[in-house]
Amino acid sequence: MSSALFAELAYWQQTGIRVGVGLAAVLLVAGALVYMHLFKAVSFMQSRLGPMEAGPYGSLQLLAEVGKHLQKEDIFPRKADRFVFGAAPFVVLASTFLLVVVVPAGPDLWFVDSELGIYLGMAVSSVSVLGILMAGWGSSNKYSLLGGLRATGQLIAYELPLILAVIGVVIQAGTMNMADIVYAQANGEIFGLGIVGNPYILTQGVAFIIFLIAMQAELAQAPFDMPVAESELVTGYMTEYSGMRFLLFFIGEFATAGVFAALASVLFLGGWYVPGIDPSANIMNVLGPLVMLVKIVGLTFVVFWTRFTMPRFREDQLQRLAWKFLIPIALANIVVTGILKVTF
Amino acid sequence: MSLLAALAALSAALSPDGDLYVAQNVFFAVIAVTMIFSALRVVTTSNVVHAALWLVVVLAGAAAQFILLGSEFVAVTQVLVYIGAVVVLFLFGVMLTRASLGDDESVGEEKRGMAAVVGVLLFSVMAIALIDSFEADRLVIDEPRSVSTVSDAIFSQYIVAFEAVSVLLLAALIGAIVVARKD
Repeated sequence: MSSALFAELAYWQQTGIRVGVGLAAVLLVAGALVYMHLFKAVSFMQSRLGPMEAGPYGSLQLLAEVGKHLQKEDIFPRKADRFVFGAAPFVVLASTFLLVVVVPAGPDLWFVDSELGIYLGMAVSSVSVLGILMAGWGSSNKYSLLGGLRATGQLIAYELPLILAVIGVVIQAGTMNMADIVYAQANGEIFGLGIVGNPYILTQGVAFIIFLIAMQAELAQAPFDMPVAESELVTGYMTEYSGMRFLLFFIGEFATAGVFAALASVLFLGGWYVPGIDPSANIMNVLGPLVMLVKIVGLTFVVFWTRFTMPRFREDQLQRLAWKFLIPIALANIVVTGILKVTF
Repeated sequence: MSLLAALAALSAALSPDGDLYVAQNVFFAVIAVTMIFSALRVVTTSNVVHAALWLVVVLAGAAAQFILLGSEFVAVTQVLVYIGAVVVLFLFGVMLTRASLGDDESVGEEKRGMAAVVGVLLFSVMAIALIDSFEADRLVIDEPRSVSTVSDAIFSQYIVAFEAVSVLLLAALIGAIVVARKD
């Protein structure tokens, strides 16, 4: 969104277009993920068809669900802290929508071209914890409070390996700017071979695995769904929410999955780059979003595949995995990457 | 529009050489007023969780002021460290120990006098230090500070202070583990 065409628009017009495109990018991807993974892929894994009635092959099921939630009553528990309870879903959703701002989808398709890039993304993603704590406490329900506390403990623990895994990529690329990370991968070489560039999944494979595990935990998907464990906490911090506010949490969950997958595909899978086409060529402004979409769908499929395959971790196992395994391995990865960066 | 024109006229009157950034000053004022109001609410509300949430507004305001000063890196760090970690840990601790909704009776009057004394002392120390070291200097902002400028400054000019802070934090970390250990 920076081409010559846009240079003639006023600042507020550019901002309006950015906001509109950002909303569309997050919501359309989230909707596609819900339909493809939650409705269909999971149904096939469980030998059933999933939604088939609304629209051809059940493709309009999502609109039906949204309509249903919008009609429901917006219930506030009598003893709830009305402002904190009401504002919590918006804090969570705002964090997701701000996170998408750092993701580029083509040489000219970016929202902000900041040199802070991924650092900015990590900062805004850490704000969602605040919304979850507000939801858990404001509901005035002990299940919600326990869910909120569990979610916070988990998110704090897994934010560290997430950021530490990213540092390996930043060291190797020598920049935090997301577009420059894509170019560094496209122009990179492995053992003198530059045919496929150097997607960092090859050299930062350890960081990639850690990023995926930490991402699963940040999204609170099974096996890390202790905060919303339905058999013991109903649905944790979301228990008291109904109607539109529940829908906001639901959208937030899947939109965040899509945005984190977009971050992972930029950091480790080469972003919008496909071997054989110059990543800064004009055609990539059209192909780039499609390439990104394929990578996002592939990565989120892994997330939901894992979600419907693995049993839930116990709270102590969950914390042990983060603090005793992922963080030391991520730190070792940073040290090795730094040494290799200086040597070569 | 007339408001903008009035502001422009005001700024022209205030600084004949046109050396005043109107938009920056207006936003500084808006953010500063919001921060002061929120800071007052932090210490006047008797609901501990509300106090922490008002503190988030104050810290976000500080981050916004850093952006106005062209220091994006510091602003983002402010959000990551203070909002994303420090306030979240405050809230986590408060909710883990006393999760009561509504006002907290133990937030009493008797500690307010001492807190006010500490606050005034801290404010005067910081104000005197700032005024003493900068006096009438004006901050020159010609372009945003890049990350490399910040990192070069930390790892060359301020390396000793940086290492001292690191060791201090490590000591605090070990101290916390020692205090929390049962055996």
